[in-house]
Amino acid sequence: MKKFAKLITMIALFATGMQAEEKSIILATTTSVENSGLLSYILPTFEEKTGIKVKVVARGTGAAIEMGKRGDADAVFVHAKDLELKAVEEGYFVNRHDVCYNDFIIVGPKNDPAKIKGLNEATEAFKKIANSKNLFISRGDNSGTHVKELQIWNLAEIDPKNQKWYLEAGQGMEKTLRIANEKQAYTLTDRGTWLAIRDELDLTMLFEGDTILVNQYGVMAVNPEKYEHVKYDEAMQFINWIISEEGQAAIGSFKDKYGNQLFIPNAK
Amino acid sequence: MNFLVEAFKQAFYLIFHLDRELLQIIGLSLEVSGGALLIAAILGIPFGAFVGLKKFHGRGFIITLLNSFMGLPPVVVGLFLYLLFSRSGPLGFLGLLYTPTIMIIAQFILAFPIVAALTHSACVKVEPDVKLAARALGATSSQVTRTVIREARYGIIAATVAALGRVMAEVGGIIIVGGNIAGYTRVMTTTIALETDKGEFELALALGLILLLISFLINIALFSIQKKGAQKPQWL
Repeated sequence: MKKFAKLITMIALFATGMQAEEKSIILATTTSVENSGLLSYILPTFEEKTGIKVKVVARGTGAAIEMGKRGDADAVFVHAKDLELKAVEEGYFVNRHDVCYNDFIIVGPKNDPAKIKGLNEATEAFKKIANSKNLFISRGDNSGTHVKELQIWNLAEIDPKNQKWYLEAGQGMEKTLRIANEKQAYTLTDRGTWLAIRDELDLTMLFEGDTILVNQYGVMAVNPEKYEHVKYDEAMQFINWIISEEGQAAIGSFKDKYGNQLFIPNAK
Repeated sequence: MNFLVEAFKQAFYLIFHLDRELLQIIGLSLEVSGGALLIAAILGIPFGAFVGLKKFHGRGFIITLLNSFMGLPPVVVGLFLYLLFSRSGPLGFLGLLYTPTIMIIAQFILAFPIVAALTHSACVKVEPDVKLAARALGATSSQVTRTVIREARYGIIAATVAALGRVMAEVGGIIIVGGNIAGYTRVMTTTIALETDKGEFELALALGLILLLISFLINIALFSIQKKGAQKPQWL
């Protein structure tokens, strides 16, 4: 029995030993930021400068905000400004700042069966897609992209839910694009993910440029008054760095492997 | 087709050059799954033997419970632990969410029923003659128990190996509770899921090959243990 107790203690020590470490924060963010490689490009500079390790958990925007609301993250870096401002208003977050932006585009089959090429408004394009009954793949995962898509359907006064031509993937942007490719369907995508994998896809960009398609990224800290345990000071160091000249320059200089700039810094 | 060949080439390059990131991920996988298995074995083997050898009230129910928990869906375990250990949950104050520790807990929950249930059936299957012989030779009750466990050892080892196979291959549970944080809670299976999402198939493939290799080795071990166990005891 003694031996047994000893073993259990050893395991407990072993388990806690793995946790002992330097200062760190948990940053809840979106797959588009993490998968594009932006964070692994800019974070080492910050970590070296401050000694704060940033542990990145990548989810959809909705899930990332939810993580913060539950107190499971110290800061969030997402792209659904309306949702962010709402969560700040509800008292879950403080110090929200714009960080950078890029834009959404509509991609689809090269023969463009819904004839959306050359249109001026995204709502117009969505209406035409709905009328054509050509397949449209939605992220369906409550991500920033999904929220934007629903906003446009709403403005176009169309309820796509349960329509035969509307499929919800429930997955990340990359997988959704691949599904759209297999099914020769339309989809709304952020430009970064599109640029990263367009060479592998038999789809083409059909619509861009409407102001509604601006994709604003923002950062905010979990309210320390809501959750005492959050590492507010470290989170604020991160936020202040990413909106500083140095952080902004780092974002601006990030390029994907094809040399495209994916994020345009615009912190004020 | 070309792309597949290229991915395989890259994968082998990563494996043979012992890429640091790759090693770190494999190390954490072994640490988490090994740790979970160790605890599951320490608790599950005595528990399974106890259920297998002693008659008590509610025994049938426990056996049914163990057997059905063998098929516990990992995502459900992950969800359950997430809600329990989230800062807004009852055990949130422990601060265990998104740490390797909670990944061990999750895999322990998956491994324990397998170890316990298979140990139980191994003990039950031991020839009744063994028990009788031990008793006839004047063994005390605890000595009888030990003799039976010794006779069931091949079945018990097989139980442990089967549990290891299950936790090594698991992804749904640990991605929820571990968060797949690079260099901290990212293991082989969660890396494969992520890299496939990103379209970076080289690292995913390299890890997939290693995972296959490990599960192949585990099964070789299992097979040879079972073969040994199938031989009659020497004294018969």
